[in-house]
This record gives sequence, C-alpha cells and structure tokens, in this order.
Amino acid sequence: MLRIDIEACIGCGVCEQTCTFGAIKVEEGHAVVGDNCTLCGNCVDACEVGALSIEREERATKGNLADWSGVWVYAEYRHGRTAPVAFELLGVGRKLADERSVKLAAVLLGSNLAGQAEELIAAGADVVYRVDDPSLAHFTDDAYGNVLTDLIREHKPEIVLAGATAIGRSFIPRVATSLATGLTADCTDLAIRAEDGALLQTRPAFGGNIMATIVCPHTRPQIATVRPMVMKPLARDAARQGAIIDVKPAAARMKSRVRVIESVMEEQDQVNLCEADVVVAGGRGLDDAKGFAQIRELADVLGGAVAASRAAVDSGWIGYPHQVGQTGKTVAPKLYIACGISGAIQHLVGMQSSETIIAINKDPNAPIFDVATYGVVGDLFEIVPKLTERMRGRNAR
Amino acid sequence: MKIVVCVKQVPDAKDVRLDPNTNTLARDGVQSIMNPYDRHALEEGVRLKEQYGGTVTVLSMGPPQAGETLREAVACGADEAVLVSDRAFAGADTWATTHTLSQAIKKIGGADLILCGKQAIDGDTAQVGPGIAERLGIPYATYVKKVVTCENGAIRLQRMMDDGYDTVEMDLPALMTVVKEINEPRIPSLKGKMKAKSIAITTLNAADIGADPDQIGLKGSTTQVVRVFTPQVRGERAMLTGTVDEVVAQLVEKLESLL
Ligand SMILES: Cc1cc2nc3c(=O)[nH]c(=O)nc-3n(C[C@H](O)[C@H](O)[C@H](O)COP(=O)(O)OP(=O)(O)OC[C@H]3O[C@@H](n4cnc5c(N)ncnc54)[C@H](O)[C@@H]3O)c2cc1C
Ligand SMILES: Cc1cc2nc3c(=O)[nH]c(=O)nc-3n(C[C@H](O)[C@H](O)[C@H](O)COP(=O)(O)OP(=O)(O)OC[C@H]3O[C@@H](n4cnc5c(N)ncnc54)[C@H](O)[C@@H]3O)c2cc1C
Ligand code: SF4
Ligand code: SF4
Repeated sequence: MLRIDIEACIGCGVCEQTCTFGAIKVEEGHAVVGDNCTLCGNCVDACEVGALSIEREERATKGNLADWSGVWVYAEYRHGRTAPVAFELLGVGRKLADERSVKLAAVLLGSNLAGQAEELIAAGADVVYRVDDPSLAHFTDDAYGNVLTDLIREHKPEIVLAGATAIGRSFIPRVATSLATGLTADCTDLAIRAEDGALLQTRPAFGGNIMATIVCPHTRPQIATVRPMVMKPLARDAARQGAIIDVKPAAARMKSRVRVIESVMEEQDQVNLCEADVVVAGGRGLDDAKGFAQIRELADVLGGAVAASRAAVDSGWIGYPHQVGQTGKTVAPKLYIACGISGAIQHLVGMQSSETIIAINKDPNAPIFDVATYGVVGDLFEIVPKLTERMRGRNAR
Repeated sequence: MKIVVCVKQVPDAKDVRLDPNTNTLARDGVQSIMNPYDRHALEEGVRLKEQYGGTVTVLSMGPPQAGETLREAVACGADEAVLVSDRAFAGADTWATTHTLSQAIKKIGGADLILCGKQAIDGDTAQVGPGIAERLGIPYATYVKKVVTCENGAIRLQRMMDDGYDTVEMDLPALMTVVKEINEPRIPSLKGKMKAKSIAITTLNAADIGADPDQIGLKGSTTQVVRVFTPQVRGERAMLTGTVDEVVAQLVEKLESLL
C-alpha cells in the first residue's frame, strides 16, 4: 500500500506530476492515491517532505541465496548460427562474473553444434554446457525450457541472462515460472549492487517513456532477458581456455507438446538491419511510398540498410522488419541517418546508441535533433536526392 | 470450445510524452484503454468461436475501473466477463499476476484455449502469457500471426520468429499470445453495445479464487522495482546550416570522414 501522511503533505502536487500512471492526485489540499497505483515508488522519492511511503510486508527468503553462484548466459543457436546477442551477453556476463568473482558459463542447445562452443569460449565463457541432440533441432518452448530448467536446478547459478529475442522472450518466462523466481524483461543495463551483490536490472517500460531498475531480492537465480545490440561483445580471443561439458538429458525432457511442422526462413534483406554499419531511416515526412524510395536509394549508395519509423511502417511504405524502436528493432550502427522522422521517444530508444546520428527534418524543434550529432533543418526532398547524387558520384570515382 | 481472453486495462501511451525541458512525463488526462494487442487476441477468440462454436470469456485483473475495459470487450463480441479485483493484488509482478490469473481461470472452470496479447504496452514484459500456461501445465505458442486450423482437439498456427516463422501444432487445452498482424479487430456492433451495458460482470476477489496469499500483490512478487526514472537523451548537437548545396557539401564531407 502507498501510505500518505496527510499531516506532512503540503499539497504541492509534485507526486501527481511524477506518477506515470496517473494514480495520485491532489484533492482538497492533500494527495489521494487511486486503485491503479502500481507501487512503483516513483512518487515516494519525488515527495520533498517525505509524506509518502510504501508499506512492504517483506516476503520470506526461500532457501539460502548463498548456495547459488556463477553467471550463466543462454547462447541462442538457430538455423546453423549462434545469435550475435549470445556474444554480447558473454561480454556483459564476463564483467558481472569478474565483479562477483565467479565463473561465467554458457548454455548451448541445439543439433549439429560442432565448432560453436569453442567460439563461446573465445568470446569469454569459462564453461560451456552443450546439449547436442537431434530432438533440439527445432526450437520448442517445452524442450528448451525443460533442459535449461534442469541445468539451472542442478548447478544453481545466481544469474541467468538470455537475449530478449523471439526465442528468449518466449521460453525464459516458462523457465522462471517453473523455478518460482523473478524475471526482468528486455534489460538495457545490468550492474552489481555493491552492498549485497544483487543484480540491478534496468529496463525501459511504458513504451520507452520510463526506465525502471529492478531487483530480485528473495529468490535465485536472478533472470533477465537483455535487448540485442545494447551490450558490447569482447574481442574474440582464440587463446582463451574453457571447459566444454556435454550434457545428455533424459529423452522425456526433450519431448515437446508443441510439434514444429515447418520452420520458414523469410527472405532477409540484403543487409541485415541489426548488423549494418550504416542505416538510413525514413519517417512520415517521406509522404508516400514513392517518397520512401529515396531512402532506399541513399541506403544503396552508402551500402547501408533501410529502416523506418513506425509511422512509415504503418503507412505501408515498408515492411515491419524494418521498423526501429520500442516495438521494432534496436540498432546501433556507426552511422544512422534519420530523414523526416520526428524523434518520438519510442523511436529514439531503438537507435540512440548509434555512434553518429544525422537528422534531416524541416521542423527545427523536432526532438530528433536532441540526439543528432549533426542536424539539418530543411526539406528532405531537396536535400536527400542531392546527397544521393553526390555520394554516387564519389563512388564512381 | 471454451475460450478465455486475458485483457489488461492500460494507460494510453499516446497521451504520455516526455517533456524535453523538464525531462518529466507530460500527461494531459491519461486515458485508460484496452491493451491494443488484447484487442487482437479478443478478435481472434471471437472469430474462432464464430467458426468452430463455443463461448468467449474475457478476464482481467485490475482495479474496479477495469470493468469498463471488460464491457468494451463484450461490445466487441465476448459472451462473459470476469474481473479479478482485490487491493491485495496491487503491485503484482508477472509471477504474482500469473498466479492470480491462472487461479481465476481454474475457478471459472478452466478453458480449452486461452488467448493473450503479445505484451502489455505499460509493463511491456510479454511474460504473463507463458507464465499462465506454465502454471496451468498446458502448452503455448507466442507471437502468433495466424491460426491455420483448430480441429479435432488441436490447434495449428504460425508464430513469428526473428528470422521468419514456424508453423506449429499443439493439442488443446493450450495458450497463445498474438501479434497485431493476426487480424483487424472489428468495431463494436449495436447489439454488442447493448449487451455491454446490461451484462453483469462476475467479480472475484483473492479469497474467491483461492489465491495463495504468498503469491499475490507486492508481497508475493519475486521482483521489486527499486527506481523509476525518465531516460536521458544525449545533448551534443551541431546544426549544419547554409543553402541546400552548402548543407549537402557539408554532409558529403562528414560522410566521407565516417565511411
Ligand atoms: C507503445 C508505442 C510503441 C511505439 N513503437 C514505435 C517504434 O518501435 N518505432 C517508432 O518509430 N515509433 C514507435 N511508436 C510511434 C512513435 O510514438 C511515433 O508516433 C513515430 O515514431 C512517429 O514517426 P515519424 O517520426 O515518422 O512521424 P512524425 O512524428 O509524424 O514525424 C514526421 C517528421 O517529418 C518531418 N517532415 C515532414 N515533411 C518533411 C520534409 N519535406 N522534409 C523534412 N522533414 C519533414 C516533420 O517535421 C516531422 O518531424 C510507438 C508508439 C507507441 C505508443
Ligand atoms: C516500470 C515497471 C516495470 C516492470 N518490470 C517488470 C519486470 O521486469 N518483470 C516482472 O515480472 N514484472 C515487471 N513489472 C510488473 C508487471 O508490469 C506486472 O506484473 C503486470 O501485471 C503484468 O505484466 P505486463 O504488463 O508486462 O504484461 P505482459 O506480460 O506484457 O502482458 C501480456 C498479456 O498478458 C495478459 N495480461 C497481462 N496483465 C493482465 C491483467 N492484469 N489482466 C488480464 N490479462 C493480463 C494480456 O493478454 C497481455 O496482453 C513492471 C512494472 C512496472 C510498473
Ligand atoms: S509530493 Fe508530497 S507533499 Fe507534494 S502533494 Fe504529493 S504527497 Fe503531498
Ligand atoms: S507509487 Fe508509482 S504508481 Fe503509485 S502513485 Fe506513486 S508514482 Fe504513481
């Protein structure tokens, strides 16, 4: 319950302004909280006179948390390839493991995995638990969930990280639920709290409008899914040493109630958006599909990938796989060129860690300029074609 | 076929904007709406009912106001509405939420098919659907973009993956979470609106659903929010100015040094 000390409250309204959920209001001179309060605690910190507090009945800690040790990364593997996010997780996992003075392990599940575990070691893992079995050839929530859950039960890692991909966001909730522990979704920052070694998990919520830092105080492991393209992988080091442990789970644990009939790889773009060094993005400012073609041309000339705001995707000028932002992809290329994109926070969260951002927009107050390294106020229909021509000329030289 | 659709009432994110000057959230009278993905889950449930027969029950955990969202769902084709509401549920994380919702589903006699949205636009975790399935011990599929068939006690569907899609099949009872591509939700019919006005919403509290007091609300949650803040955007900016040709020349220069 959110407690309001009516005596102390001065009715200043600060809490009302801070509450993302519209759950607290000043009425008749003091704050009143509504039923839709999520107990997020934002207003408690904001109230300058300390009139607000959250009453917590502490939950009992089950078992001894100190029995759990080590950092684990689920290394996603599909269609012959370890997902790039696995290496990113090993990067941040290495840091967390060193800070906790524990080992970093990767869990690799699939079929025909030759050569993959070695790469995980070169990327930072001390140990790789490998389950190479034909019944794991296709991803299923059941089989992958059972195998990972069993491994966690047996080895008791304190932290488990997985990519916030279609696969990670699908089966990790099952793992967390069966282990009766907490799961933080879609994290963009992970750190160890100095006092007690707890994992501080920071994530965007509310469509990217707010960030929340979350802990898992009473249960282990602490599990988080992490956004792809946010963490940095270590440089590959083939000389690194590590152990590969082959695990043979019982056949019954690799059975799935969900039967995969077919697994279709859809035509990927020539340049994979998430891995491209240069991304050219267009928004509603392109006016129509014909206008949007200019984005493709510039991208072609620069050897980059094409991206779009949701407004452009919703208008049908380009497919959803190209959408960047909160409900699309997160990209962090060397260069991101935003044309006719206003820079709504939901778009910014998907691209603001790009190294260099160029924004072209006719509105000098467009929020995209707040994140732009170089901003150009002007009509994209004049600027973009000229820029494409000049760069094409340069390529020809 | 008994179909249960889980719907969440959420604040309309469109109304929420970050004020770049104060870096606080500017909210002018935030409206509560049905979570947009849940609209698609509801529509799919109603279509499946129309095609294969059965009933659609909408279920929500939330404060009494969430009843409005349930009425809206009835206007869009649901037959029955159940609200689980209790002060003790406040502050629930997904672990506590899935306990509450799965207990409620058991209480109303279970379901052959449970539909959820891909994610809620406020919490954004996408964890509730899989969590309910696990607690009920039934199979599930996430990110469903198409139901192919639902016959002979099994459902066949297409689920999106990062590199394409999988066609999968599972026996009922089962749960699925849907993406927006799955359908175009209908607008409420006049008949539906009339029904929504008069329908009696079944309201259940923690005791009614036999909730475990250690698994609900803030106290029963496994995760704890320790801080909420607004994202910082980088401030550095250089504006390139001049005529179109001058600006383009500067851009070419920048690009050449970067590429
Ligand atoms: C829950 C939620 C999730 C969302 N997820 C995403 C997401 O993942 N990705 C995303 O992008 N959005 C997302 N959005 C939508 C987001 O809030 C914005 O609505 C969207 O990004 C706006 O797209 P835009 O910038 O293309 O369009 P607008 O905001 O309409 O901006 C168009 C811009 O083009 C400029 N312009 C117009 N004509 C010209 C011209 N001739 N020359 C130069 N400039 C011109 C205008 O000045 C304007 O700034 C989400 C919203 C919500 C609520
Ligand atoms: C800032 C913030 C961050 C949070 N981060 C986390 C976190 O990382 N981990 C965590 O465990 N909890 C977290 N929570 C708590 C979480 O938002 C709540 O548990 C919430 O009740 C359900 O999660 P969701 O909104 O993410 O739903 P999702 O899992 O995204 O919802 C998916 C679907 O489940 C159904 N559904 C969800 N909630 C309900 C409901 N109340 N009634 C009916 N159907 C429903 C709907 O069909 C919905 O489309 C956070 C809360 C806040 C305020
Ligand atoms: S911020 Fe504190 S003092 Fe101000 S209205 Fe809210 S509760 Fe009262
Ligand atoms: S605790 Fe969070 S949701 Fe509740 S009133 Fe305060 S700011 Fe709003």
